[in-house]
Amino acid sequence: MSILVIAEHDNAALKAATLNTVTAATQLGEDIAVLVAGHNCGAVAEAAAQVAGVKKVLVADAPHYAHQLAENMAALVVGLAGDHTHILAPATAAGKNTLPRVAALLDVAQISDVIKIDSADTFVRPIYAGNVLATVQSKDSVKVMTVRGTAFPAATATGGSAAIETVAPAADAGVSSFVGQQLTQSDRPELTAARIIVSGGRGMGNGDNFKLLEDVADKLGAAVGASRAAVDAGFVPNDYQVGQTGKVVAPTLYVAVGISGAIQHLAGMKDSKVIVAINKDEEAPIFQVADYGLVADLFAAVPELSKELDKLKAAG
Amino acid sequence: MKILVAVKRVVDYNVKVRAKADGTGVETANVKMSMNPFDEIAVEEAIRLQEAGKAQEIVAISLGVAACQDTIRTALAMGADRGILVETDAELQPLAVAKLLKAAVEKEKPDLVILGKQAIDDDANQTGQMLAALLGWPQGTFASKVELGDGTVNVTREVDGGLETVALKLPALVTADLRLNEPRFVKLPNIMKAKKKPLEVLKPADLGVDVAPRLVTLKVQEPPKRQAGIKVGSVAELVDKLHNEAHVI
Repeated sequence: MSILVIAEHDNAALKAATLNTVTAATQLGEDIAVLVAGHNCGAVAEAAAQVAGVKKVLVADAPHYAHQLAENMAALVVGLAGDHTHILAPATAAGKNTLPRVAALLDVAQISDVIKIDSADTFVRPIYAGNVLATVQSKDSVKVMTVRGTAFPAATATGGSAAIETVAPAADAGVSSFVGQQLTQSDRPELTAARIIVSGGRGMGNGDNFKLLEDVADKLGAAVGASRAAVDAGFVPNDYQVGQTGKVVAPTLYVAVGISGAIQHLAGMKDSKVIVAINKDEEAPIFQVADYGLVADLFAAVPELSKELDKLKAAG
Repeated sequence: MKILVAVKRVVDYNVKVRAKADGTGVETANVKMSMNPFDEIAVEEAIRLQEAGKAQEIVAISLGVAACQDTIRTALAMGADRGILVETDAELQPLAVAKLLKAAVEKEKPDLVILGKQAIDDDANQTGQMLAALLGWPQGTFASKVELGDGTVNVTREVDGGLETVALKLPALVTADLRLNEPRFVKLPNIMKAKKKPLEVLKPADLGVDVAPRLVTLKVQEPPKRQAGIKVGSVAELVDKLHNEAHVI
């Protein structure tokens, strides 16, 4: 087994999803290389080399990798595919963008969103929004797969001492270019890495009311999420969305406020350890998956929750 | 400008799917089938580009069993000009679909191909990227905005931290995300008109593509059900339970 993990990063820091993918790699074998492709991304390579379990870090540093455009990333990975038996990337927007291109160029299938590794060629993945799990076996020589981060614990970010090797960049495909980005600015943790998430749904009524949730989130050190209904209604930006087509999360505590619990939302959060639902409709499906349900008007309950958290903190 | 839109026939999104008792697949007998919702968004985007005078012809293509004709007719009723069905009873996995679509693209020579970002049955999220790779085209996946320029298209993409815009040289491929547009409802007269629009039927062999599956599905099963917990009577009780019972805050 020789496993290549494609690192997710922003040229400055290694993204947490990479650590979960390394854990998946360790279940396949010990010969694990991490590819860091970016521009001026030396700090990321250093960080990747520290990750426990990583044997080698490959660094491709060139201007045309600065934004990790799929066209250029795929060409690079295909060039490095060589003797690797497995190529893994996190099942994030970046991984999902690049990896199918790699698989197609290698003329192999891709296995998406792997949640369990049964053996070197047999994997479990959710289909139909997680309502069904499929166990699939790959007959291809190289297994190309995206890994769902919530299904694997994060590898320890320190303690490793992998060798760092520079690899030659592939040519710039020259067919695509980065124009710009609007990233949501927030001091709160990232949704997919947060220990606690407070999410709001259509019941929030408008975007301003999300301030109620932000207040509670800040007291809990939590991230703020939303249902598709809340995003579609324009209350919050798209990157808040938890669900089948948004982010899949599995925090220790998930607090669903004013969320009815549509199947597509449940698909994104039902693996959370503890689920709390606050909804005035006692028939809401969210209560069927909640460990603790509170039937209440959120506009009274959330400010009260904020005060109770203050009390808890004061009591130490 | 010519646009090719790929549409997939899937179990309707309102249907609660169940694994077959023998674990070989999911129950699809007597289940309502519809166009993949992301593909509807793809069709809608193509039509809007045509209505804006930026595209002349829209070709809708589907691959699979004969009943996929219904899915193509839906696209035609929405406003696509003609349809192509690559008919086969074989199981088609994303790589095979991408190869069939590549052959269709070489035949039709569109300037832009639009697909849904993923199908809601296998949730693979691969076909568009694979097709772009096989064609050597640039891709704008998870699109929330598509702006055609002169020989280029700017695609705003939904990424994990927010939005990102890329510029692609035409010909290019776009996969539609949820917020690209809201697909129109099909009006009855348009359904009647769609029946008269041309629909060509091909076989995979006509396109010279081997569609043999690369992945074998060994087992399909439902995940363990999560049990509902308790109802608490007050916020104070909730905080107490979370702190003293669940130990999560």
